[in-house]
Amino acid sequence: MKKLLIINLIIAAAFIFTSCTKKEDVILIGEYGSLTGDDATFGISTNKGIKMAFDEINAKGGIKGKKVKLITEDNQGKNEETAKVVNRLITQEKIVALIGEVASSRSLIAAPIAQKNGIPMVSPSSTNPEVTQKGDNIFRVCFIDPFQGLVMAKFAIENLKVKKAAIFRKNGDAYSEGLANVFAAEFKKMGGEIVIDIQYQPKDIDFKAQLAEIKAKKPDVIFVPGYYSDAGNIAKQAKQIELKATLLGGDGWDSPKLHEIGGDAINGQYFSNHYTTESTDPVVVDFIKRFKARYNDEVPDGLAALGYDAAKIVAEAIERAAEVKPNLIRDEIAKTKDFVGVTGKISMNAERNAVKSAVVVQVDNEKRKYVTTINP
Amino acid sequence: MEELLQHLINGLSLGSIYALIALGYTMVYGILQMINFAHSEVYMMGAFFAYYSAKYLNLSSSPGFTSLAIVLVTTMVLCSLLGLAIEKFAYRPLRKAPKLNVLITAIGVSLFLQYFAQLVFGADPKVFPTLIEDQTLFSVAGAPIKSFDVTILIVSLLSMGILHFLVYHTKLGKAMRAVSHNASVASILGINVSRVVAYTFIIGSSLAGIGAILVGIKYQKIEPMMGTMIGLKAFVAAVLGGIGSIAGAVTGGLILGVSEILVVVYGSSQYRDALAFLILIFILLVKPAGMFGKNRIEKV
Repeated sequence: MKKLLIINLIIAAAFIFTSCTKKEDVILIGEYGSLTGDDATFGISTNKGIKMAFDEINAKGGIKGKKVKLITEDNQGKNEETAKVVNRLITQEKIVALIGEVASSRSLIAAPIAQKNGIPMVSPSSTNPEVTQKGDNIFRVCFIDPFQGLVMAKFAIENLKVKKAAIFRKNGDAYSEGLANVFAAEFKKMGGEIVIDIQYQPKDIDFKAQLAEIKAKKPDVIFVPGYYSDAGNIAKQAKQIELKATLLGGDGWDSPKLHEIGGDAINGQYFSNHYTTESTDPVVVDFIKRFKARYNDEVPDGLAALGYDAAKIVAEAIERAAEVKPNLIRDEIAKTKDFVGVTGKISMNAERNAVKSAVVVQVDNEKRKYVTTINP
Repeated sequence: MEELLQHLINGLSLGSIYALIALGYTMVYGILQMINFAHSEVYMMGAFFAYYSAKYLNLSSSPGFTSLAIVLVTTMVLCSLLGLAIEKFAYRPLRKAPKLNVLITAIGVSLFLQYFAQLVFGADPKVFPTLIEDQTLFSVAGAPIKSFDVTILIVSLLSMGILHFLVYHTKLGKAMRAVSHNASVASILGINVSRVVAYTFIIGSSLAGIGAILVGIKYQKIEPMMGTMIGLKAFVAAVLGGIGSIAGAVTGGLILGVSEILVVVYGSSQYRDALAFLILIFILLVKPAGMFGKNRIEKV
């Protein structure tokens, strides 16, 4: 009994202690993402970009003389965890702004929570249009799905000069369905033909039956708007059944693990992305240099760059705001114009989406060869 | 024709994996009349055992038959130990308890292992090492026959053959069959029931380990939740063939594998998992003992 009392006292003391140290001169910013789970590299890359941005800001004296403190919560790539951790960040940690997530389906869960609590949320890389439609507190610093679908359709018709495409989408996934629908519509509009539109289920590891069906329809390209672990496996199994069509994808392919899973089969395939490491733009070159120096020579992927840009936009908005209050920060984020980011010049439009161009890259082992830029 | 052949090959290789895991369910059921729900987690752990043994024995970079054999043996040993531990600590103390208690314990062990694996190995998927190269061996009527599928078929047929020999042509097998027939009479006749049960878990768990490696080789993606669905499917296969029957588990696995692939091809992938459980419901309604099962009359 006595022992229990002592433990309780220690816990109570710890609470008092922590609440004492929570001083007013720290700006709390929350981040939620998939640091583990099926698409863990998404969350990890984004987190690296965000952390680097805030550390750079803190090294220069912080915002309004205050240090920024980033609180990162892992949602394990799960929908149900997302609601839990976002609620925690807002109600318990009392953050003033929220950054996240990569996967659209999870941003769609967090957005209403942020909106209800009046906390501005900036998604670094959720491309599903519905995300920012959840309310006027929700922003993004990337382009949206219709644009990515359009980019790949345009690329297939104009650069690859093909006419027959197949679509292999992930059933019930907001991101995948969004890209697939727009690709189908735009590809047909530009005179192409969708020979087959077929789906796979979440958690599937065997795609051969569908791929054999696709093979029978003899398409020139297959649009696979899934995430990297599926895309890698699909490429591999397509090769096993000697399906030779070129694979096209979206930014969901962007992961260092894509090649690890896909092996040789993924080489030579194309996907649309937010930026290219082959850019000669001094802003990008400098960013890559600093990122590599910080993280063991790792080349930042698009998600790391977007995380970095999202953090910088939030920081600038706080700097411009008269006070560190969520509603004032929101107004300033909405006013973002011609922000020079790593992923291009970013302006917020009336729908709170970033207007910017996309690049198409080709997979070459761990490298991404720059192919072309497609403008909105 | 070429495509149908391709689909059949895919279906058979998927089905033989189901069969390997179904055997573990069926054998334990045959002996203990309990459904070992933790079996799918032994399979999952097998995949991780193989992943880490290949990593620490530096076999990831040297694909070939020897690498495969070494990883197979280590994984089988580790899986057997895990199966033995589960039996000893979770099931044996409940041997005399009502069936329901054991069933709930099995589900508990299964959940424990799933989340234990997430904690220890991490929830993100791992890329299984290339243990054998994938090559086209030859073509039959335009359908490429790949070394992956051939390996899967050979390894699973071989293990099923060994199992058959073990059960029907050795003393241990005779003891197993005796225990499965009537455990108390078998023990009166001098058969050490606990030892026979332990051997059953060793064999079942080794087969799950083999299945895990075959899945790892073929699909390369392993994660702590990978056991759930495949475990359920294997269970359906075991029930389809007649739970407790070895030939039934193999046939059930192959039927399920092939029919799943055909549903995806001629129907839609959305109906695939529904089909497996539709088969389960149908079998339970029409022939509750399964294809090879005997309807035993409960004697009081």
